[in-house]
Amino acid sequence: MPTNVADPRYYHKVVDCQWGCPAHTNVPEYIRLIAQGKYAESYLLNRESNVFPGILGRTCDRPCEPACRRGRIDGKPVAICRLKRVAADLKGDIDEFLPKPPAVENGKRVALIGCGPSSLTVANDLRPLGYAVTILEKRDQSGGLMRWNIPSFRLPPEVLDEEVNAILDTGVELRYNSPVTSMQSLLAEGYDAIFVGSGAPKGKELVLPGRHDGNASDVIHIGIEWLGGVHFGHIEKIEPTVLIIGVGNTAMDCCRTAKRLGATDVKVIARRGRKHFKASAWELEDAEEELVEIIEHHAPKSFVYANGKLVGMEFEVLEWTEQNGQATSTVLETKVIPCDAVILAIGQDNAFEWIERDIGIEFDKKWDMPVVDKATHQSTLKHLFFGGDAAWGPANIIWAVEHGHQAAISIHQHCQSLPVTDRPAYGMNLVSAKVGMHAWSYSNDYNPSQRQKMNHEELVKRFASVHTEVELGFTPEQTAREVERCLNCDIQTHFEDTLCIECDACVDICPVNCLTIAPAGEEDELRTRLMAPALNLSQEIYVSTALPQTKRVMVKDEDMCLHCGLCAERCPTAAWDMRKFELVVPYAFAKPEESGASGTLRINR
Amino acid sequence: MTSIAKPPVKHPSLQKNALGLTKRDYEGAMSTLCAGCGHDSVTAALITAFWELDVPPHRAAKMSGIGCSSKTTAYFMKQSHGFNSVHGRMPSLTSGANAANRELMYIGISGDGDSLSIGLGQLCHAIRRNVQMLYVIENNGVYGLTKGQFSASADVGSTSKRGEANQQAPIDPVLLALTLGATFVARSFSGDKTQLVPILKAGLRHNGFALIDIISPCVSFNDHEGSTKSYKFTREHEVEVAPIDFVPLRKEIASESGAAGGLTSVTMHDGSIVRFRQPNSDYNATNRSNAYTHVKGCIDKGEVATGLLYLDEGGTTEMHTMNRTVKTPLVDLPFSELCPGSKALEELMAEYR
Repeated sequence: MPTNVADPRYYHKVVDCQWGCPAHTNVPEYIRLIAQGKYAESYLLNRESNVFPGILGRTCDRPCEPACRRGRIDGKPVAICRLKRVAADLKGDIDEFLPKPPAVENGKRVALIGCGPSSLTVANDLRPLGYAVTILEKRDQSGGLMRWNIPSFRLPPEVLDEEVNAILDTGVELRYNSPVTSMQSLLAEGYDAIFVGSGAPKGKELVLPGRHDGNASDVIHIGIEWLGGVHFGHIEKIEPTVLIIGVGNTAMDCCRTAKRLGATDVKVIARRGRKHFKASAWELEDAEEELVEIIEHHAPKSFVYANGKLVGMEFEVLEWTEQNGQATSTVLETKVIPCDAVILAIGQDNAFEWIERDIGIEFDKKWDMPVVDKATHQSTLKHLFFGGDAAWGPANIIWAVEHGHQAAISIHQHCQSLPVTDRPAYGMNLVSAKVGMHAWSYSNDYNPSQRQKMNHEELVKRFASVHTEVELGFTPEQTAREVERCLNCDIQTHFEDTLCIECDACVDICPVNCLTIAPAGEEDELRTRLMAPALNLSQEIYVSTALPQTKRVMVKDEDMCLHCGLCAERCPTAAWDMRKFELVVPYAFAKPEESGASGTLRINR
Repeated sequence: MTSIAKPPVKHPSLQKNALGLTKRDYEGAMSTLCAGCGHDSVTAALITAFWELDVPPHRAAKMSGIGCSSKTTAYFMKQSHGFNSVHGRMPSLTSGANAANRELMYIGISGDGDSLSIGLGQLCHAIRRNVQMLYVIENNGVYGLTKGQFSASADVGSTSKRGEANQQAPIDPVLLALTLGATFVARSFSGDKTQLVPILKAGLRHNGFALIDIISPCVSFNDHEGSTKSYKFTREHEVEVAPIDFVPLRKEIASESGAAGGLTSVTMHDGSIVRFRQPNSDYNATNRSNAYTHVKGCIDKGEVATGLLYLDEGGTTEMHTMNRTVKTPLVDLPFSELCPGSKALEELMAEYR
C-alpha cells in the first residue's frame, strides 16, 4: 500500500521529538529560531504548545530527547530541553505578545480546582475567549507541585512567577487559601464548567514494623510533604545520615535537597537494578554528581531504633532473575544500614475525599478514581472535567499541559452546546524549503558536534543554599554548537512519484542508504530487501505508488534519514523536494480548519 | 552539482566485506556531474562491484581521458591509484601502466567521445593488444561537456534536444569489439544495477581486455523524446540476452537443482565462475558469430541487446603472455635486473648489428 503523506500523522511521526512530546511542541522550528538569534519568537512558539517554556526548559521530563533522531545517529540526542531554556533566558521583553484580557466577556463562568500546570493551561486557553475563569487554590501560593515539589535549586521562583503571572494577568481570578472541601457545594455555585486539576498530592506510605516508633514522627518523612515543608520554610535542616527510599524523580529532589539542609551522608535505596529506575537518567546523574550514593537491590524490611531513636533501617538484599519477562527475587541476606533520618519517596496517590460519591460522579471500583474519558477529559457529570495528575494519577508537567489544552477544548465545546467528542482536527502545512541553487531555508549540512554538557555551579556553592540554581545554562558558544546538532526532521523529504525517471541518483547519493527503488511487496518483506535493511520497526517506511517507467516503487526508511537534502539536490526532475512540515495543532482558541491549513485529519493517539 | 559534503554518518546495519570495509569506504570525492547523470549510477555500481569483490582500494588503478565520463574516476575509491590522461589516450596510458605493474587491477573509464571519436584508434589497439583491464564506456550519444552535439554513437534519426535529427551512421562499440577479437564484450544500462554489477565484477576478473558499453543517459542533453539513449527509451527497448550471476572463488558454489535447464557456467582464470541463467534462451554467449548476429539483429529491430554478450575465457592471451614479459612488477625488480648496465646494453645492441 502506498504511504498516504496527506495524513498529517505520517510526517508528524518523522519529527521524532514532536511526536514524542505530549503537547506536540514544534522543536526543530524553535531550535532554528534560536540559531537565528530569534529568542523571543522561539519562546513564543514554545509557549503556544507547552505554555511554560522557562519552567519546562529546566524541569521537563523530556520525552522528546529519548525519541530524538540524533540519538540514533551519534548516541546522544540534541539537548532540546536546555535549548528551550536558552530561548526563555534570552527572550527579552515579550509582554506585548502575551495573551491579553479579552475585549468582550462571553458570560460563561469556569472554576478550576488547584493552581498547577493543568489548571493554568485551561485558564491560558479559555480566558482569551472571554470566559470568566476562577482558580480555587488551597495554599497561599500559585504553581502547584511545580512550586512546592520542585526544589528552587532546579527551578528559581522568579521563573515560575513570571510564567504563572503571564496567565493570571489576563484577568484570571485566583482565590488563595480556598480548599474545595465539598464538590457538592461547588457544583451548587452554578459554574458552566468545572475543571479538577488538583494533582496527586498524597505521598505513599510505607507500612513496615517501626514506622511509628520512637522519634519516627520527627525523622521519618514523606517525600513530597517534606519537600513542601522545605519550600514553605517549615523545615530548615535534616540529620546528617539520611536514607531515601525509592528511586523516582521525587527521590532525586529529596536526596539533593537533603544535601543542602545539612545531611552529609545521603543514600538512595532501590529495590531493583538501575535499568528499572523511574528517575530520569540525567536526574540520577545530577544526584550522583552531588555525591549521593545509590544502592540497588535492597528491599526495606523494618525501622531500627536504639533507646527510642532511629538508628538505621533493615533491608533484604535481593538477587533478581528474569524469566519470560517475569522478574523474581531471592533474598541473599538481611542487612542494617545506619541512618538517623528517612525520607519515603515511593510514589504519590490521588486524594478525592472531598468529592461526594452520591452526586452523579462515577468512580472506578478498583482504584477509587473518577471515571474520566481519555480523549475529552469529561467525567460522568457533563460539565465536570479532570486533567493533570488528578485525571489518571501521577505523570509529569508536560502531560498536565496537554491535558489542560484538551480539557479547554472540551469545555469550550460544552459551553457552546457542541458535543465534546467532536474534536477539532489537526492540520498540516507543507512548504518547499528550496530557496535557490543548492540553497535551502535550513542548515542542511550535517554537523558532527558532540552534545554540549550543561555547566553546573560548583558543589560548595550549591550546598550553601537550597536556592542556588545548579544549572548555569549554555554559553553562547555552546548554544551555537548545540543548535547545529538538530537534524531538522521537520524538513521532510517529499516525493512526487509521477516525476521520477528512476535514474538512481538519490539512491546512490544517500549517505545513510535509506532510499531504495525496488519491486513492490508487503511491508514486512520489503523492509528486508532495502539498501540497508529497515530493522527499526518503530520507524515508518515510505512507499510510493508504482513509478512511471518500471512500475517499481520508491521506498524510504525514515529511521536514519539525516534530512541533509542530498536526494533533493541530486534529483534531476525535482521528484524529491525538501518541504517544511508544520503540524497545525488545534486549541480551544484556534482551529486549523479555520486557519486555512491543508490536509486536516484527526490524530488519534 | 552539489556544494555540500556527503555526511560521514553511516547506517548501523550497513554490511562489511571480507576486508571489514563498508561500501562507504569505497567512495570518492563528491560528484560534480549534473544531478541525475547516468555516470553517477555507474560510479555507484563500480563501488558495489569493487566492494563485493573485496578489492583492497590501493590495489586498483583508475584510468581516464577527457569528458564527463572521464571525471567518474574521481568519484570512487579515493585511496586508489589513478591517471587522468590526454583526450582519447587512456588506452595507451593503461597499456603502459599495466606493462610496468601487472599486479594492479586496471579500470579505464571513457565515454563515447573519448573512445569512439578522438580515441577510436587507441581503443582498437588496446583490444588487439589484449591489455588486462576493464574498459568502461559510459555511452550517452552526446557531447555533454560541450552542450550536447551528437557523438559518434548517436543513432541515425535520433534527435538532439533542439529537434535536429542525426544523419551519420553510428559506431557501435560492441560490434567493433567483437570484430576486433575482444574476448569479453558486454552492454548494460546505468539504470539497471541488478544487471550491471555482476557484469562489472566478471569484467574485472576477466583474463584480458573486457569491454562494457554502458548506456548512461545524459539528463541535461539527451533524455528527451526522440533520443535513443534516454532512460525511457532504453528501458522500453532493452532486451537482455541472459542474466548472469558472478560467483567469486571464495564462495561455495551451490548446485542448482530443478530449474537449471538453461544454465551455462564459464570458469574464469582465477577460478571464479560466471553463470548464465535463462532456461528458455538459446543465446550462446561463447560463440562470436552468434553474438555478432544477435546484436546486429537487435540494432536492426531498434532494440538494445544487453547483458554479457560474448565471453571467451579459454581462448584469450593477454598482453603479458603474448609478449613474454617478466612476471614481477617493475617496481619490485631489483635495480640490477631492471637496469642491467651498459654492458648488457652493448650485448643487446650487438645482436642487431
